[in-house]
Amino acid sequence: MSIEVRIPTILRPYTKDQKSVEAEGATLSAVITDLDANYAGLGERLLENGALRRFINVYVNDEDVRFLGGLDAQIKDGDSITILPAVAGG
Amino acid sequence: MSLEISKAFVDAILEQSRAEYPDECCGVILGPAGSNKALRHKPMINAAHSPTFYEFDPKDLLSLYREADDNDEEIVVIYHSHTETEAYPSRTDIAYAGEPGAHYVLVSTRKEIAPATEFRSYRIVDGVVTEEPVTITA
Repeated sequence: MSIEVRIPTILRPYTKDQKSVEAEGATLSAVITDLDANYAGLGERLLENGALRRFINVYVNDEDVRFLGGLDAQIKDGDSITILPAVAGG
Repeated sequence: MSLEISKAFVDAILEQSRAEYPDECCGVILGPAGSNKALRHKPMINAAHSPTFYEFDPKDLLSLYREADDNDEEIVVIYHSHTETEAYPSRTDIAYAGEPGAHYVLVSTRKEIAPATEFRSYRIVDGVVTEEPVTITA
C-alpha cells in the first residue's frame, strides 16, 4: 500500500527537500504517524493536541479532509495527499 | 532582499483594496519557478469577508498551487490589505505565514495616510519579520 504525499516548501526541511514522499496508512491519522516515523518532527507540524493544525490544509485527492472526516478520513492505495499551508492572516 | 514590482500591479492592488473596503482584500503574484520575478497578478477572494481577517478558500488554495505547478510557476508575492491599521504584519499574519520564500506585501486603506506610502513588503520566516525595500518599475 502506497500513498503519495505532497509536501509544501515550509515542511521540506523535514523531508530532505523532497516535494513528494511515500507513506502508508488506512486513515489520515495513520498516514501522519507513518510520516512522522520516517521524517521525525513532521507530525508535530501537522497536529496540535491530537487535531489537525488550523494553519495547515490537507487534501485527499482534491477534497479538503475537513469534509472527509478529518484525521479519520479513509485513505486507500493510490490516493494522493496534498499538504498546504493556509494563506490567511489578520 | 528586495521586491521589484511593476507600477501596474501596485495600482491594481491598491485599487482592489479600495474596492473591497471595508473588508480586507488579498491575492498573489506568480512568477516562473526560481525566478523571484513578480509577473502574473492573481487577485483572490477573501473567504473570510472580514475587515480584520483574510483567508484563501481551501479549494481556491489547492487550485492556485495546482495551477502554479502546472505552469512551472511559484508564488512570488502574497498580499493583503489592512483596513484601519498600518501596513505591517499583525500577530495573526506572522502566525499564519507559511511561505518562507514569498514576499509578504501589505497595503493599508486607512484614511489618514496617502495610499502610495502604504505599500510595504516583508519576509516572514520562523516568526521573524524583516521589512525589505520595494522598487516600483514602469
